[in-house]
Parts: sequence; C-alpha cells; structure tokens
Amino acid sequence: MKSFVTLLMVLVAGSAFASDATHPLDKAPIDLGNTVSLQRGAAAFQSYCAGCHSLAYMRYSRLTDIGLTEDQIKKTLLPAGAKIGDTMGIAMRPEDGKAWFGVRPPDLSVEARSRGSDWIYTYLRTFYRDDSRPTGWNNLVYERSAMPHVLYQLQGEVALQHDQGGEGHAAAKLVKVSDGQLNPAEYDAVTGDITNFLAWVSEPAQDTRVRMGFFVIGFLLILLVLTYNLKKDYWKDVH
Amino acid sequence: MSRIEALQGWIDARFPLTSMWKEHIAEYYAPKNFNFWYYFGSLALLVLVMQILTGIFLTMNYKPDAASAFASVEYIMRDVSWGWLIRYMHSTGASMFFVVVYLHMFRGLMYGSFRAPRELVWVVGVVIYLALMAEAFMGYLLPWGQMSFWGAQVIVNLFSAVPFIGPDLSLWIRGDYVVSDATLNRFFAFHVIALPIVLLGLVVVHIIALHEVGSNNPDGVDIKKLKDSKTGRPLDGIPFHPYYTVKDMVGATVFLIVFSAIVFFAPEMGGYFLEANNFIPADPLKTPEHIAPVWYFTPFYSVLRAVPPMFGSQFPGVAVMGAAVLILFAVPWLDRSPVRSIRYRGPLFKRALAVFIVAFVVLGYLGIKPTGVWGIMPEGIPLLGGAPVATVVAQLCTLIYFAFFLAMPWYTARDTYKPVPERVTA
Repeated sequence: MKSFVTLLMVLVAGSAFASDATHPLDKAPIDLGNTVSLQRGAAAFQSYCAGCHSLAYMRYSRLTDIGLTEDQIKKTLLPAGAKIGDTMGIAMRPEDGKAWFGVRPPDLSVEARSRGSDWIYTYLRTFYRDDSRPTGWNNLVYERSAMPHVLYQLQGEVALQHDQGGEGHAAAKLVKVSDGQLNPAEYDAVTGDITNFLAWVSEPAQDTRVRMGFFVIGFLLILLVLTYNLKKDYWKDVH
Repeated sequence: MSRIEALQGWIDARFPLTSMWKEHIAEYYAPKNFNFWYYFGSLALLVLVMQILTGIFLTMNYKPDAASAFASVEYIMRDVSWGWLIRYMHSTGASMFFVVVYLHMFRGLMYGSFRAPRELVWVVGVVIYLALMAEAFMGYLLPWGQMSFWGAQVIVNLFSAVPFIGPDLSLWIRGDYVVSDATLNRFFAFHVIALPIVLLGLVVVHIIALHEVGSNNPDGVDIKKLKDSKTGRPLDGIPFHPYYTVKDMVGATVFLIVFSAIVFFAPEMGGYFLEANNFIPADPLKTPEHIAPVWYFTPFYSVLRAVPPMFGSQFPGVAVMGAAVLILFAVPWLDRSPVRSIRYRGPLFKRALAVFIVAFVVLGYLGIKPTGVWGIMPEGIPLLGGAPVATVVAQLCTLIYFAFFLAMPWYTARDTYKPVPERVTA
C-alpha cells in the first residue's frame, strides 16, 4: 500500500520534471551507408571512448560489415590480447569506474536507441569548463554529467558565458576560450562520425532489415494480386 | 476407391476428421455479406500463430535470468541468424495483436455480435482479451529493460492496494519484495507455457461457440431463418471454404504488408511498440522520469490515474480500472434494443458509440503522456482549479466510458429503430 502511494507520488513528481524545458538537440549527421564515416567513427571511438565505455554486445568481427577486413581490425582496432570474435569490452573494472567517476561509465551498445543519435551528437559538442564539478567539466545536454570532456584537445576549451542580466540557459551560450587541434567544422565531423558509428552499433542489422523490407513487401504485393484475383474468381457466383 | 479415400475412410472410422472438416469449414455456412470489419477474427488467429512460432525460436536463445536477460535479447538481435527478424516480428506482433483485437471487439459492438444467441461467444472473447492482457504484460517484463522492470513494478503494486490482503498478495505475485529474478522466472513460465495454453484453449472454445450459433453479419439478420427448402442451406449463407478462406487470404496479405512495413521500416514505431527506455537495462535503484505502459494498456492506465485516492487508499482507482475491463462481460445483458446492427439502430446508440470511441482514444492518448501534458486548470474554477487539465479530461472520459455501458439499458430502450430486412443487403 505504502509503496504504491510512494510510487505514484514518484510518478507524478517525475512527470513534472520531465515537462521541464531541455536543451534543444542538433540533428546528427546519420548516414549508415557511408562506411568511410563509420570506419572513422570506429577508430575515434577506440581512441577516445573505449577506455571507459564498452560495446559489450558488439563483436570486433562484425566490423567487417562496415567495410573493414579482419586484418585491418586486428591491426588497428583490436586491443592487445583480444580475439577477433570477442565482444568490445573494456579493461577497466566496474568498481574502479565507480570509484573514479562516481558512476560506472555505461555500456554504449544501444545508447543510440535509448537516448537517440541527436542526443549523443549534441552531448559530445556541448561540454564546457565548470570548476565546480569534480572533473572540471559540465555539459549543456546532460547537466552534472560525470564524464570529463575527453575530446577537449580536439575541440579546445569552451566556457559557458552568461549574458548580462540574463538568467538560466536561455541567456547562456558556449564560447571558445582556446583553440584545439581541430577547427569547429572538423570537430563536428569527428563527433558526427562517432555518433554515426554508435547509431550503426545500436542495431548492426538495420541496413539489412531495410533492404529486405523492400523485397518482402514486393513479394507480398505480387501475392496480393494473386490472392485478390483468386478471391474474385471464386466469388463470381455470389450475388 | 483410391488409396487416399481408403485412408480417409480408415481415419473416419476412428476419428471424426471428415465430419469436423465439414462442420467447421467446408459446410459451415457464413453470411455472404461480411465486410471489412470481418477480417479481424481470422487475422487475430494469424497473429496468434505467428506469436507462438516466433516465440518458440526466441525461447531457444533467450535467458530468463535477471543477470543475462537483457544481454540475451541483444544476442538475439546481433548474433543469432535472423534473430532480429524473429524478435521484431514478436514485438510488432504483440502490438498488432491488440490492434486487431480492438478492431474485432469494436466490430462486435457495432453490429451487435454479442446479442442472443451469441452471448457466450462474446463472454469467451472477453476472457481471451483478459488472458491476452496478462500474456502481454508478462511478456513485456522479459527484455528486462527499464520500462519492463518499472512497468511490472507499478502493475504488481496495484495489487497491494487491495484492502487487507494487498501487500501479501503483491508479494506472492512477485515472489520477492521487489520485481526480481524470481519474478522474471515465473513471468517467463506464465508467458511461454501457462497463458499460451489457456489462450489456445479459449480460442477453440470461442470458435466452437461461434459455429454452434452461426456468425452474425453487418445487417444483424438471422440467416438461419430462411433456408433453401431442398438443401436446407441458409439462403444468405455461403460455405466458409472456399469463399471465406480465399477472402481471408486477401485480408491476410494486406495485413502482412502493413505488418512488414512496421517490422522492416519502423520496428520501434516511434517508441510506441518498443520504448526507448527499454534499451536501458533494468535498474532497481533508478526510477525513470516517466513510466508509461505500452499503448494498448494506456486507456485503462488513464482510468486508474483519473480516480483520486479516497480515505488514504489507492484502491478505488484500482477497482475502477478493473471494473472498466470487467464491465465488458455485461454488455450482452445491457443492450435492450430490438435490433442487433448499428445499421438499423437510431441516433442515440450511434452517438453513444461515437462518443465512447472518442473517450477511449483520448484515454489511451493521455495514458502515454505525463499528467501535466495539457497544463493546469486556472485557479478560479471551483473544485477543479489547480488540477492538471489532462486529469480532468481523463476523469470526464472515464465517466463517458462507464456511462456508455451503464446507461445502455436506458438509451437502447428509448432509441428509434429502422425495420430490419428479411434478407441480408448487398
């Protein structure tokens, strides 16, 4: 009884928060047919993300689907000691992750399905310097995120600037404090590739699925012509 | 006598094969004027078979274990050959089952298919609907995502609102103090064995009951009244096979086109068939911001939320929600109209049915959304000031929902009616 009331209260309270305005999301440049972008995304993911984030349901060998050969995977993406048939796990122990970041870095296998590609793309591009945070970084999309800005060397340092007299995020904007290795367009491209890769990882069969869909529906349309005419023929004498 | 005929004779001497074939298929006379709405019975059977077949293959790789359930579903999606197709067929099938069944039930309401002598066909149908709800609810826990977990938590907690035995009852259902591995295991057992057996049995009873009294039709005309004097066949009846077998094949093909369009191009159906939150593994320590059941339960979820707690108890809401489903059983005895079909009913019933459908759809929509979706009533309004607009609308729709049934004896008795023809119309 009590737990039910509590739960209902949580639901009501939760829905009140959910209606709060959130940071608008930018459209992620998703193109699963672009294998070059997917390969760049895979490489960037291995360099910058895979230290903490696993893709526990994804096998290295499946990366052949985005145009890599097994040799290329072994040479460039496979960590020491891992086999090509392994899933893309991480070496970091969960308890270490919890100790270092306060929360275990989540597995990203289906992140693009739970949060959406646009969220990931915007998230990667809205980190800013915030010395009040343990990591020294904060994020516009995911406030008080436990994740530091691991791409800051690429993007450069960004700060949140509040306009005079302005209140809240509506009046705040991100401004660049120092340059990184990439210009803003290049940085968007890298984060776009990572997002594209994660979108592919979230459902590696999705291209096959769509391609097959046309064949299946094409077959059913032909079947419809047959069944429709069969019915018409049988029903000739029903008045 | 050919060998096949000899074999048939041998079987018929031991099992009523030919007579059953004739009774239920080749010489079952169905009205010749079935329209669009009469496809959904056979389609429901098609979906049931599809769910059982895909379910068997899912079971081969699924693990009903809290520690590995989520991963096993992703294993099916990635590493099992055609696993993604089987899984999407099953998840799409669950939602499409309800689409088909809701349309099937609406047909029954529209054409008075629940009226004498078909009361039992309707009653068994409502039992099937209840079993289907249980089947869908337990199946939804199996992927072990956040929505699976918290949805089950909310629904099982409803039982804890029952006076006196509530807390023990919900504990007994879960087998633990929270939804856990024990719950997952028993829900798996119910989902893959107990309820499918019950469903199949009920479907057989539903069809036998139907074939005993014969099918209704869009005119609500009793086709057994006028029979051919020589053959004894109903003048407006045609054998189910081959006429309706070939017709249902057309319906099945069109249905499969729609079904495939969802499976191959939009398996998540914008988050309504597969919710985004369910791609996060179940976490008992993290309540999602907004918990909503899958769309087919939302009308009743809205009813639950619309009823305010009374005497510090949520039980009234739970009871009203239960009554909203159970009231369907009473429909055959609530309708006092002299005719069956909406075609010969007067404006009162037509308006009541239209308003009922609108209220049901609005309840369904509101059940998906947080209560704050339409803002707050202005403070100045007596009684309702400060309440969420959506809650007030849901309360209104709940009243309409019940009024449709409870006032049925009144408005059907006072309605005007058109004369029903002797024969079915084209």
